[in-house]
Formats: sequence, C-alpha cells, structure tokens
Amino acid sequence: MSDLKSARIGVITFPGTLDDRDAARAVRIAGAEAVSLWHADTDLQGVDAVVVPGGFSYGDYLRAGAISRFAPAMSAVVDAAKGGLPVLGICNGFQILTETHLLPGSMIKNNHLHFICREQNLIVENNQTAWTNQYEQGQTITVPLKNQDGQFVADQRTLDELEAEGRVVFRYSGGNPNGSRNDIAGISNERGNVVGLMPHPEHAVEVGFGPELTGSQTGTDGLAFFHSVLAHLVAA
Amino acid sequence: MSDSAKNAVRPILDTVENAAATPDEVQPFAELGLKEDEYSRIRDLLGRRPTAAELAMYSVMWSEHCSYKSSKVHLRKFGEGVTERMKEHLLVGIGENAGVVDIGQGWAVTFKVESHNHPSFVEPYQGAATGVGGIVRDIISMGARPVAVMDQLRFGAVDHPDTARVVHGVVSGVGGYGNCLGLPNIGGELVFDSSYQGNPLVNALCLGVLRHEDIHLANASGVGNKVILFGARTGGDGIGGASILASETFEDGVPAKRPSVQVGDPFMEKVLIECCLELFAAGVVEGIQDLGAAGISCATSELASNGDGGMHVWLDDVLLRDPTLNAGEILMSESQERMMAVVRPEKLDEFMAIAAKWDVESSVIGEVNDSGRLTIDHHGQRIVDVDPKTVAHEGPVYHRPYARPVWQDELNRNSISTADGVINFKRPATAAELRETALKLLASPNLASKSWVTDQYDRFVQGNTAGAQPDDAGIIRVDESTGLGVALATDANGRYAKLDPRTGAQLALAEAYRNVAMSGATPMAVTDCLNFGTPEHPDSMWQLVEAIEGLADACLSLEVPVTGGNVSLYNTTGELGLPDSSIHPTPVVGVLGVIDDVRTAIPSGFTESGLTVVQLGVTRGELDGSAWADVVHSHLGGVPPIVDLDAEAKLASLMQQARSAELIAGAHDLSEGGLIQGLFEAMLRRDVGADIDLIDIVERDAVSAFEALFSESTARAIVTVPDERAEQLRELAEEIGVPAVVIGRTNANAKLRIADYFDVTVEEARTAFEGTLPRIFG
Repeated sequence: MSDLKSARIGVITFPGTLDDRDAARAVRIAGAEAVSLWHADTDLQGVDAVVVPGGFSYGDYLRAGAISRFAPAMSAVVDAAKGGLPVLGICNGFQILTETHLLPGSMIKNNHLHFICREQNLIVENNQTAWTNQYEQGQTITVPLKNQDGQFVADQRTLDELEAEGRVVFRYSGGNPNGSRNDIAGISNERGNVVGLMPHPEHAVEVGFGPELTGSQTGTDGLAFFHSVLAHLVAA
Repeated sequence: MSDSAKNAVRPILDTVENAAATPDEVQPFAELGLKEDEYSRIRDLLGRRPTAAELAMYSVMWSEHCSYKSSKVHLRKFGEGVTERMKEHLLVGIGENAGVVDIGQGWAVTFKVESHNHPSFVEPYQGAATGVGGIVRDIISMGARPVAVMDQLRFGAVDHPDTARVVHGVVSGVGGYGNCLGLPNIGGELVFDSSYQGNPLVNALCLGVLRHEDIHLANASGVGNKVILFGARTGGDGIGGASILASETFEDGVPAKRPSVQVGDPFMEKVLIECCLELFAAGVVEGIQDLGAAGISCATSELASNGDGGMHVWLDDVLLRDPTLNAGEILMSESQERMMAVVRPEKLDEFMAIAAKWDVESSVIGEVNDSGRLTIDHHGQRIVDVDPKTVAHEGPVYHRPYARPVWQDELNRNSISTADGVINFKRPATAAELRETALKLLASPNLASKSWVTDQYDRFVQGNTAGAQPDDAGIIRVDESTGLGVALATDANGRYAKLDPRTGAQLALAEAYRNVAMSGATPMAVTDCLNFGTPEHPDSMWQLVEAIEGLADACLSLEVPVTGGNVSLYNTTGELGLPDSSIHPTPVVGVLGVIDDVRTAIPSGFTESGLTVVQLGVTRGELDGSAWADVVHSHLGGVPPIVDLDAEAKLASLMQQARSAELIAGAHDLSEGGLIQGLFEAMLRRDVGADIDLIDIVERDAVSAFEALFSESTARAIVTVPDERAEQLRELAEEIGVPAVVIGRTNANAKLRIADYFDVTVEEARTAFEGTLPRIFG
C-alpha cells in the first residue's frame, strides 16, 4: 500500500463491546478509514488491519473473552492473523486474543480485586511490531488503564519464552497496577503482527480527552499505535 | 397465548367478574401499603372491590415512590417558577421520564438524578447497580444515547462497623454496572455522616445526548398499534409485598420468599441501549417507556394514560423467568433491563429483526385500542379493567401537615460563635495550630481525596470526557466537530440543610451552579433529588416544603429551570419528633451548563507556576455548619452561610466572559473547608504550589486569618491569571461587580506557603489528602 488515506482498519463490535466507537475515532484521527465489523459476520470486508476493542463482551460473566472467541468474526481474524494481518487487541480485545490462542497467557482478576481506572505509564519494550514501530525503544508513554481482570498470568516457560523472544511489548512503569507477571502490560505473537495490551491507547489520541496535560505531556501517546500500523502497511 | 399457558391447569383467578360477585372478600390492602381511605377510593373508582391484580397495581402505583402523593402539591412550585425566558431552551419539561434541554446546533441533552436509597442499605451492590440501571433507562426512553453518569453517595460514620459493608457494596455496584455499560463516571459526591447510618443515600445521575428530532415520549397512541415488552425476562425480583397475594390465587408449593431487591445485568442493559438506539434510528418506535418501579403496572398504565385511547394486555404473553409467578407478581415485578414500546403493525417485522440482531427477546403483549380502559387478561380471563388515568396519574394527593420542628430554634441558637463575639469553641490561634487544623481537615474523610472511589469508575470510555472528578464539574463533549458540550455538577450539604432547609437547598443550587460556572460554561437547567425523612411527621414534611420553596425561588432567581428529578421520602430510622429522627435533609441539586467548545473550558486548579492568584468574592466569618466545626468540634448548630444569588450570577458571568477572552488560566470554587481547602486542592491537581498572603482579605473583609482560611462564605472562587491579563481581569471583575483581590502567585517549588503562618509541601499535603480513604476501606 502506498497511500495512507486508503488504509481501511476494521473495528469489531461484540454484544457488550464498549470502546469500539473510540477505537474507530482513533483510526480516523490517525488518518485511515475505520470499518465497522459485526461479530456475527465472517466477512472482514477486505480490511488492512483489525482492532479488537475493549469492553465487557457477553458481560464477561464466564471468563473475559471466553464466549467472544467463538464469534464468526474471530475465526476470520484468527485465519487472517496467521497470514500476517495486523491485529490489535485492547483490554477485552487482548483477553479475546488470548482465548483464541493468537497470544499466550491469560488475564485474571486484578490482585487488589477492584476495578481500576488510572493514567498508566508504560515502557515500550519492543518497537519492532506492526503496532509499535513509531515509538522509540524504551520510551515511556502514558495511556489510560481501566479494567477489572487485568492481571496477566502465564506459566513460567511461556513467560521465559516471551522475554527471550522480545515479545513483551509493554511493561508497566511506576508501579504494577494489577499484579501482572513480570509487569507485563502487552505482548505480541512471534511474527509481531498481533499485539495485545490491557491499557487503552485509543483513549490517548486527542488533546484534552485523555490523560492529564502536564509539563511536556500532550495526552496523545496512544496515537502512535495507529500511525505504526499505517507505516507497517505502507512498508508492506 | 403461549403453549405452556394453554396446557397449564387453569388456575382459579380473581377475575373482574369474581370481584364483582364477592364484594365482601377481605383484601390485604394494608399489607400492600394502602391506607383504608385509599382502598375505599379504589372501590369507589371501580364500583366494586379490586381484583387481586388490580389491587397490586394500585398499591404500587399509589405508593409514595410512584405517585409523589406527599410532595406533589409542593413540587408544582418548580413548574410555576418557570418564566417564558427560562422555557426558551426547554424542549421537554417536568413530568416526562427526564427533561430535555436545547444546547444549540440541533443538539439536545437530557439528564436526571434519581435515588435508590433503601435497596442500597438492604443489598448495597445490587441496590446501587440497579439504581444506575434505572436512571440510564429513563434517559434511553427519551430517545437519547446515555453518555455519562454521576453518583451522589452518603454513608454513615466512617468508623461505624457497618459503614464499610455499605461503602464497598455501593461503590462496586455503581462501578460494576456503569463500567460495564461503557458510561464514563464524571463526578459525584461522597459524604460520611452518622445521620445516614441506617439510611445511606445512593443517588445516580445520567446524561444523554440526542438530536432535536430524536425525542421520544411515553405514550400509547394509534388504535391497533402493538405493545411490545422487550429486554430481560420478567422474574420474581423486586416484588416486595406482592408475594402475599400468592396465597390468594395459587396452591401451596410455589416459591414464597423472593428477594425484594432487584438484581441487575449490565450486559443486558448495554445491549438494550444499542438495540433501542437502532430502533429509534430506524423510526419503528411510536412511544417508549422504561420499566422501573412498579414494572408492567407502571409502564402499561402510564403509556395508556398518556395516550389517546385504551390498551389491552395479554399477560400470558409476557416472557417469564419464573413460570410460577401470579398475575399480581408479574404486574409488580421490578425485574431490570426491560423496556416497553408501542409499534405500528406494519413496522413490527422490522422491530423484531432489529431486536433479534441484538439477541434481545421481545414479545407483543398488548394492543392500543379506543376503549379508554386498561384491560388485562390472564389465562383467558379478565383480571384487570381500570381507567389507566386513575392508576397512573390520578392517585391520592395529600396536603400533609407540616410545622417548624420544636427543636429548630435551639439548633439555630447553638452557634459555634455568638454574635456578641463570645467564642464558644476553641479556634486555632497560633501558626502551628492553623497548620495542624488545615491538615486535619484535608485528611478528614469528607474533604479527603475521593480517588479511592473514583479510581474504580471508568472516566475515559466514549472518548468525550473533557473533565471529571476532581474537577469542579464533569465536562462532556457532545459534538466532535465543533467541540460543543456540557458541564455538570451536583451538590448538597445536608448539614447546612439541617440548620435551615430553605437556605440549604439554595446553597446546594448555588454550589452546583458555581461549580459549573468555574469551567466558563453557561448554567442552563437543574435536576434535583430530594432526600428527606418521613412525610408523615410534620418535622420532616416542613423540611421538605421549605427546601422545595427555597429551591424553586432560587431557580427562578438564577433563571435555571428544574427539568425533572426525584423525591425520596421515609429516610427516617429514629424515634419521631427528635432532632436526629431522620437523615439530614439532603436536597441534591444538579446543574447543567453549556459550553460552546469544551476544549476552551477553564481548567480546574493551578496549572503552572508564575501566575497571579486572585480570590473572587467576599469572606465573612461564616463557620456554623462548616467542615471545621464538624471535624474539629463535632458541632452542628447556628445558621448556614448567607446565600447571595446575585453574587453567584455575577461570578458565573465573570467566568463566562473571562473564558471567552482567555483571561483565566485555572479556577477552583471555594466551598466546604474554605479557602485553605480550595488552595490545597488547586495545588494537588497538578502539583503546582503557591505563595499566598491573606493580608488583603483580612483587611478588606475585616476577618481574622483563621476566618479567611476556614470560613465557608459562598459565591467565592480562586482563579489564576497570567501577569499580562491581570489588569484586564481586574477591570472585568469591577465592571461586573465581583470583588477581586490578589492573594498571591503560583510557584515552582511545590509548596503552599501562607505568609506569616505556615508552609505545606505537595508531598505532605498529598499524603494527608490521599491516605485517608484507602486507610479506612483498604
């Protein structure tokens, strides 16, 4: 692809999805077209990338993401992701991606047992993925975090693998907010086209509507996710 | 009729025919909360005794909660006190599910605050959760997309053994439900006071956004139109007293004990929101009503009463969660996440297709007709035949006796400082004592940071939040292209209202109005939730009447109409006739303001160093009912601060003009805790300190340094202004008539310095401010 304006990024809506319109707004602000995808459709409408947004799909009454993984749209996403389609899972979307096994590990209830909403500092541990190539390696960014089941867990071998292969993409900084193993906030698959994280980059894309503006902080640290995928698509 | 109903053994029902034939049958009206004369009136209206189902409907619809029978005659004052000019921006006024305000550019907003107090004491999590659910459905039923919530919470003393149970349950319930709906929580109130010990208050506000042409109303018009019940199935929750009717119509062996508190399913509600919005957009809904208190009884009778004809309902077609429910229970059930729509027959298929897309169960349960009656059949037999107006709108209206309590004068005489200068209670005298007092207040539960609560609520979702707690007002963008939006704040100081309910209600309005004005928004409309004691005692009835009259007068004076709200009475747990029989009268007042571009809203607190700090307004020695009196002396007596609505209006006008002219860098209103608390909060917002000198306030207003710091005089604020704009601001303030005095400068050393008295670093202040609630509640 050569023209950013022609990039089309799908955003899936499940019953109980909350941040779909926000993710679509972030896509538009980044300069691409947002395409609304419905959980019950298998047709991904030829989109160039997919965002699986946050929320409480199916109420998260079973295990977060456990029902949504069976949605027809997710089978299409899993197939396309294996073929290299960039996929970003945010919060509930990350939980869904782990349920589909596109990403390893799982999320359990926060260690303090409360829902937590705060501005969270993250360290970019890998700027080589489809969704992080516009960040500096080691850069600290601030984006909102808001969830109930955000504690990333995996067995030791998986954790070792993730660390060894550089697949820990984001790590919490300034305090681990939920007990996640190795302070992990976000990870990728081997190929780097699939990224999932608990914090919400799509809520840090507009000045004045995301994290507090203090000092040099503009509150728009999340925008580079979407610029990254566009850069990735142009390069591809 | 469903197959299961056809195949069931035909039960013996209390039909209309049976009721007419058995006039002497003894009915449990008292157990259902009806008085003898109310029961007689029902018999007169019907010309016979009511059937069991009719009795259930009347009892719940004529309850205080649904009929406003004790407050109605007084609430009329809100409607009377609306001038043509105030109506200019009102698209829908009092009386509908919620008021609708025109905010320009074709946009409208609807907002309302409502109580869910008693259920939240019995079962805090579900009580609070369904309180949020209920107010959100009110907003959807106006045709609006819900875009934000706020919660006004009052609990018993922090150190009482039962308080933590209620706090944890309520906060998790508000969060659990609101977070799952994707509604940002943009602010609210949190107060601890022993007067709420056995009677916590859980009020919830919802804000919705719609285009002018999207307004929907609750009426059933058009003969032949279908009545559809959709959303969750009807179950046995929230039935309360209705289950005593079970013994009349069914054999033994049915589940008897059912929870009287409703259980919420936010996922269902989220799906219902999206489903309703798609139904509205498709133009397939003629009338819509949410199901809240009194469930199907309320929805059918209100829709029919507001329409132009009658309605017939086949009760067997209500989808049930529990097939053993009897007719009265089905009619009274308060199962959550249900809506009722009136749909043209030719739009029925389209309606059903949209509902199916969202996996929302729907069932046609009735039809609009021209009978003028609401008739309901169950198992093929007529069990209800009533004039819907007598159920929904023509219930009893009481002129309850009210009188100034005998203890009121003594309470008002017991000032913390007498007029002749005798100081009854010790005041901090030295610099060290002032410092210690300031920090003690900052760390006190009612003034400390509310982050422990608000960090459990999502404030970012939907991406339109331009301001949220701890800002003075919550600010929500409505139009993404222009930045048009609204600012919302709610307030109520029960201590002030206890000292003087009339002034207390006005002070609540004044503070909410001021909070909205701090952002530079133009206050436009009011919603209120009046939480009071039993209307059956003249003391609390007097408090209610005083508060309503005071609020109505003040709304007229500030030209902000009341658009809707709610009344919660019977918040009484003590022996009647005593000063502490009931909760502090708590008139929660919400003010909505409009701002043409939320990106230009004045930020809360200190934003950077090197700015001039100006105090606006006048300080008087007003300490009765103050946070200082409470925290330091556990004292409540005297009279509350003076209300000066003219000064509030001028202050608001100054803030609006200053925003337009970009004169002000940041602002913060002064209220509970006085200037010192305001300075701490302004500093902690972004860790920017200030060097403050009280001398000009002390000299101009003839107050002591202690009073300058701790008095709670109203119509005051602190603002910061860049040097090059300071003269312009001074001139503007003078022109409008707002007293302004320079009190210092913001600094770069993260320290609040009160010249000649004390310093407090950001670090020390933050520890005091933020440590309290986590320490108590974990």
